[in-house]
Order: sequence, then structure tokens, then C-alpha cells
Amino acid sequence: MTPLLQTTGLTRRYSGLVAVDHVDIAVAEGTVHAVIGPNGAGKTTLFNLLSGLVPPTAGTITFAGADITRRPADRRARLGIARTFQNIRIFAAMTVLENVLTGAHVTLSASLPEIVLRLPRFRAQERAAVRSAQAALALVGLQARANDRADALSYGDQRRLEIARAMASSPRLLLLDEPAAGMNPAETTALGQLVHRIRDLGTTILLVEHDMGFVMDIAEHVTVLNFGRRIFDGAPAHIRTEPVVVEAYLGAKMAQRLTERAG
Amino acid sequence: MTLPDWLYPGWLDDFLWTYQNVIHSLGINGLLALSMYVVLAVGQLSLGQAAFMGLGAYSSALLTLKLKLPFLLVLPASCITPMLFAFAIGGPTLRLSGVYLAIATIGLGEVLRAVYLNVDYFGGALGLSGIPDSAETWMIYGLLFAAIAVLWLIARSGVGRAMEAMREDETAAQMMGVNVGRYRMGALLASAMLAGFAGALSAHVSSFIGPNEYGFEPAVTILSYALLGGIGTPLAPVLGAWILTLLPELLRDVTDMRSILNGLIIVLAVLFLPNGLLAWRMRRIAAPARPR
Amino acid sequence: MLAQQLTNGILLGATYALFALGFTLMFGVLRVINLTYGFYFSAGAFIALFATRAAGMPIWAALPLAAIGAGVIAMLIDRLLLSRLNRARNPELASLMVTLGGVLALYSAATAILGSDIRRLPPELIGAEALLIGGVRITMAQILILIATIVLVSGLILLLRGTRLGLAIRAMAERPDAAGLMGIDTRRLASLVSFLSGALAGAAGVLIGLNFNAIQPYMGEEMMLRGFVVVIVGGLGDVRGAVIAGLLLGVIEVATAGYLASGLKDAVGFCLLVAVLWTRPSGLFGRSAVRRA
Repeated sequence: MTPLLQTTGLTRRYSGLVAVDHVDIAVAEGTVHAVIGPNGAGKTTLFNLLSGLVPPTAGTITFAGADITRRPADRRARLGIARTFQNIRIFAAMTVLENVLTGAHVTLSASLPEIVLRLPRFRAQERAAVRSAQAALALVGLQARANDRADALSYGDQRRLEIARAMASSPRLLLLDEPAAGMNPAETTALGQLVHRIRDLGTTILLVEHDMGFVMDIAEHVTVLNFGRRIFDGAPAHIRTEPVVVEAYLGAKMAQRLTERAG
Repeated sequence: MTLPDWLYPGWLDDFLWTYQNVIHSLGINGLLALSMYVVLAVGQLSLGQAAFMGLGAYSSALLTLKLKLPFLLVLPASCITPMLFAFAIGGPTLRLSGVYLAIATIGLGEVLRAVYLNVDYFGGALGLSGIPDSAETWMIYGLLFAAIAVLWLIARSGVGRAMEAMREDETAAQMMGVNVGRYRMGALLASAMLAGFAGALSAHVSSFIGPNEYGFEPAVTILSYALLGGIGTPLAPVLGAWILTLLPELLRDVTDMRSILNGLIIVLAVLFLPNGLLAWRMRRIAAPARPR
Repeated sequence: MLAQQLTNGILLGATYALFALGFTLMFGVLRVINLTYGFYFSAGAFIALFATRAAGMPIWAALPLAAIGAGVIAMLIDRLLLSRLNRARNPELASLMVTLGGVLALYSAATAILGSDIRRLPPELIGAEALLIGGVRITMAQILILIATIVLVSGLILLLRGTRLGLAIRAMAERPDAAGLMGIDTRRLASLVSFLSGALAGAAGVLIGLNFNAIQPYMGEEMMLRGFVVVIVGGLGDVRGAVIAGLLLGVIEVATAGYLASGLKDAVGFCLLVAVLWTRPSGLFGRSAVRRA
């Protein structure tokens, strides 16, 4: 089966630094796929490349069979790619519900005359968008806060708001950028359950994360990056023993000591 | 073109006649404030409203004076030239940092002033006079209220939400599928259109226009309308315009003081009152949404 | 004839370059679009006016005095307007707006106090003689402009490239947060940059006031358009770019006035600006990162 998202030789070079180095990734539809790696491994740059915020220096990105390498970010959103951000980027002055409604922007196609004259097509689309937004809020458990200002929410709630906003358009692919950052164990568990619920709804998930435990629990497939290069790609169970990965996280000496102790 | 008598009782007629100039100014400045509002609402800073107004004024005056066209034809046509210039400047600056648009629009006003001054067809230093008194109060206020209504209806829709999202965080808005470039150009063109109408109307109530009326000072004054009033709703900048138009009338200030005041207002607004006086923000959902 | 035009153009361009230098410095180092800059230009001219008329100072004393005076004024006003903007969501636009309002208030106040008549520097200040070099006529005023511009530009480049202070300034231009962490007192440095930039504007004000024999409060505002053109064509924040673009603009303006029509001088600069925006917005030397961050 063709993967939903695929990159071939994806590279991003800044003068003097290669942030992402000929990375090949294949994300199968309907799975939870994690990208991990030590700090500076290029994970966030990879996400920026995938979402269209940064143009690649080389390589291609294919989504649902179409080449989206040159497509700008807003066009990718229309194709069904949604994303959350590592440092939360909600719209502070808007209410929670309005925030989530912006996530449904791609579903709205009424023209200006239809909007101004309040024609039936506009009204129907707006009502449908509100329903989707409310469903997304229910999914993350924020429906009670719908009319609060977004910046009045706690950090954890704001993270959930971002996810709800990304889900409002029922995307095919959801890119989660360090969703567990700053969360305590209870919140992390709840997040894992949310991710599985989203997958069960039919959305494919690609996430970037630091928290190894979290990744082991929820991911079905893991890609490991180091210094911009892919050093491992496979099932989570195999990672822990993979010497290349251990070395990347702990350094060569530690890795050797661990294998000596094990063997 | 007169309206029926029952709409214009005697006392209203006298009142309107005495305070005609102020009433016209309030309406026209309201339109200018809205032209500033649409640009600020998408997170851009354009200072070209005065220049666009000048283009509307000059082009409409030339159409009535030289081609003797009726005003009701000239008014809609008066937005064409401003919109063309807006496109020429907006096109390249859409994808650039916001300062470029601001700088280019300030420059536009100055350059046009030099052109009006030096080219005889535009009347040179003396400007154009003898412009027929064709703009009626109902035209000004009709346009103003129509513009407020349209902008209000748009604000309460997906387009309005996209605009506010862009203003807050452009990158995040892009990820939601908002074509930021298109919205910016649209806002700029709308701003030019409104300012163009304002220019045509103002030219046809004052019978005279000159090259110095559409330069640096008016551009900054228009900005001060929106900064004072705020941009949470389309009404706010209009209110700002009305306050700043009435204030000198009420206080009988010298013109110099008015400029100093406008400048100070901008400084104070940016430093202390970033949301303006009317910080209230309107709801941007057009469908009923009861919390579960 | 052509040589004369070229010379006039270059000398005019030198003043434009001088004017634009301070402006581009403020943007390059402090990320501030400082529209009050034009006011410091006028201020310099007026300080020289009073120094020479009321106190009878000679030009070689009045020029530095005007520069220093304008620099001090710049330091004070910039501190007042700009120091609170670090936390603004969009500091570049916020600085543009606040200085826009500020400069309007300043110009109006100055006009209210000083009146809007055009004044002149005393004619005995610079002799009216002119040198004749290879068929090209250069007045004493133009020679002064040339010398002053060369001295100031070289001084600035020397400061930026050859001193520790200059290094600190360039560090701040690159990464203000990192510079702060390295122990650079960014607030004091910002004040210094304000001073330098204001001084350059003030010096330009005296020289242009001398060259065109016209001083009035709004003169800075009329220059700002040329400042924009030079700064954008040369590249925001780049010193070499400002110099080259300034000279270029001076030559183009003189050529337009000579061969087309004098009234189109300003328009041609603006057309150049728009053309650059359409084709190469980062200008001659600007950083290519002019796309929105």
C-alpha cells in the first residue's frame, strides 16, 4: 500500500549547516508514526519542511500520491495536512471556539457576496463549521470553555486547544510537534489516549517527541534522526537495542559500556 | 437630487445647512478611517490612504471638469486609479516584511504631491477649482453606513476570522489554509477603493482641491483615527475619526495644535493603548453556538 | 557639460548617502524604522543656523556643533519613544508608527515655534568662489560637502570595522539577545547608535541647507523619501549600499532634471524604489532575508 506521506532525499541546508540531510520517510495511512532524536537532530526543521513553512534545498515530498514539494503551506492545509506547534501558537485574542473555527477554514468556500448577503450556502457552511468545531472541542475535552478567551486557558489546555484546532478540518494527516512538552505523567497518559482516539477516527499521525516513554507507548513506527540524518526506521521495540540509536543519545563510550554489560 | 420632504423636516434642514462642513467631514473621515481599518485588520500597515484619496479626488475632478461626466458615473470610477496604484505597490511588497509597504506608501504620497505640483494638467500649485458641488450628504453617509455594514458582516464570518488570525500569527494562519498574500492584496485594494471614494466625495463638496492636501500629515492623521478608536469592530475607527474631527471644532484650536495632537495621540496609543479606546472585540461567529 | 552634470550628481548623491547612513544604521543595528530621523536633519540645520547667525560661528565649528547637538536630541527622543517597544509584538512596525506620530508632533511644534519661512545660512559663511577643475565647476560649498562626507563615512566604517565598540555594534545588529548575554550593555549601545545616527542626520542637514540655501522645519520630511529610496535600493542596514545607492540617486536626479523635466526628479526616485521592490527587494547589498520572518 502506498504511504500517505513520503519524502525522498529531503534536504535543508543553511549556509554552513545541514539541518536535514537526505531524509527518507514513509508514513503509512492510519498509523501513529513518531520521529525522535537528540536535540538539534533536525526534527523541527523536518516538520517545517513537511508543513511548507520552509522550502527544501533538495528532495521531494509526496502526499497522497501528489508531489507537494513546491506547494505553499496554505495549499498543503487544503490537501488535508494539519499541524500543531512546539511553542503554542494559538490566537490569543480570539475565543476558544473561534480558534478552533479557524482550523476549519479550509472547509469554508463561500464568496464575499454570499457572505455579505448571508445567503443559504454561507449560513449552512458556517453552521457545519461550528458543529465540527464543537466536535473537535469535545474530542479534547474543552467544550465547556468554548466561549473563553484563548489566552485565559492553562498551558495544558492551550495545547489541547491547538490539537482541537488542527482536528477541526478532519485532516488526513496530523503533524504534532512535541505534544507532550511540559506535561506531567497524568497529562501525558491522557494525551496518549487522545492520540489513539484521533487515529481511530481515521487521521494519520506523525509526531515529533523527546519523551521516549511516551513514544514507546503510542507509536507504531519510529524514525530516529541524528545530525539531520536518518539513523533508524522501524518498530519501537527494536530501538532500545539498536546500537546506533543508543550511541546517538548517550554517546559512543556509554553505548559501548552498555553493550559490554549486556553481552 | 433631493429626498422627499418628510425625511427632511425644517429644523433638520437648518441644522444640516449650518453645520454642513462638519457633517461632510465626519462622513468622509469615517470612510478614511475604514480604509485604514481594513489594512490594519489583516495586520498590515499601509500609509497610502491619503495618497489614494488624492488619486480619487484628482481623477474624479478631472472627469467632471474636463469630460463633463455626471457625478453618479464618476463616483464609482473614482476608485479605479487608486486601486491600480495599490496593486502596483502591493504586488511586490506582499511577501516582504511589513515595513516595505509602509515605506512605499509614505513615499507614494510625497511623489504624487510633486507630480500634481509640477504637471500643468493637474493644475499645478493652484490645484483644480470650480469642481461642481455634486456630492450630497446622503451619498457620503450612504456609502459610510454601507461600508460599515459590509465590513461588519464580513468580520462575522470565516473571512473575518482569517483576517484576525493573520493579524495575530501569520504563520499559524497559513497552516490553517489562509492564503495570506491574497488577503493582504484584497485588504489593500479595498483600502484604496474606500479612500478613492472619500477623495471623490470630498472633491465634490469643496469645489477645490490642491496638491498639498494629500501628503504626509493627512496620512498620519488617518492612522491616528484607527489607533485612537481601535480596530475591534468597524465602528471603532469611525468613532476615532469622529472624535478627532470634532475635537478641533469644539476646542477651536489652531491647525498646528491639531497636528501636534494627532502625533501625540499616535505615540500614546502605540505605547500605552495598543487596542485603542474601544478595545471591545466583536464576536466573529455567524452561527448560533450554544456551549454544551 | 556631461562631466559637470556627473559631478553635480555625485556631490548631491554624497549628501543623500550621508543622510541615508544614519537611517540605515538605525535599522541595521536596532531594527528600528526611525521616522523621527528627518527631524534630526532639520534640527542640525537649525542649530547651525543659530550658531552662525546669532553667535557668528564659522562653518568648521558650526558643523560639528550641529552634528553633536542633533545627536544628543536624537538620543533623548529615541530613548523616550523607542525604549518601551522591545516587548511589542511587531517591533519594526510599532517603531514605525510611534516615530511617525512623534515626528508629526515634532515638526508641527517646530513650525509653531520657529515659523515656516525659509531661512538661509549667512552667505559669508562659505565663499562664493568656485574651483575650475578640468572644465568642471565646483563651488566651495560642494567641496565642503565632499570632504565632510568622506570624513564621516570613513570615520563610520573605521568605527564599525576597526574598534571594539564597532564590533559590539555589529554584534548587536546580528543577534541582540546574544550580544546582551556577552556582556554588551545593549541599552547604552542603543543610545550611542541613536547619537551617531542623529549626528549623521544633523551633519547632512547643515550640508544640504548650505548647498540649497534653504532651511525650514519640514526640510527633513522632504528628504525622507530620498532616504527611503537610498536605503531600500542599497539594502536596509548596509553601509556600502547606502553610499552607492546615494551616489546613484544623486546622479539620476541631476540627469532627470537636466535632460527631462525638473519636476519629475522626485518621481524618478520613487519609480526606482518600486522597480527595486518588484525585482530585487533586498537591494544591492541587503540581507536576502527580507521575506517575512
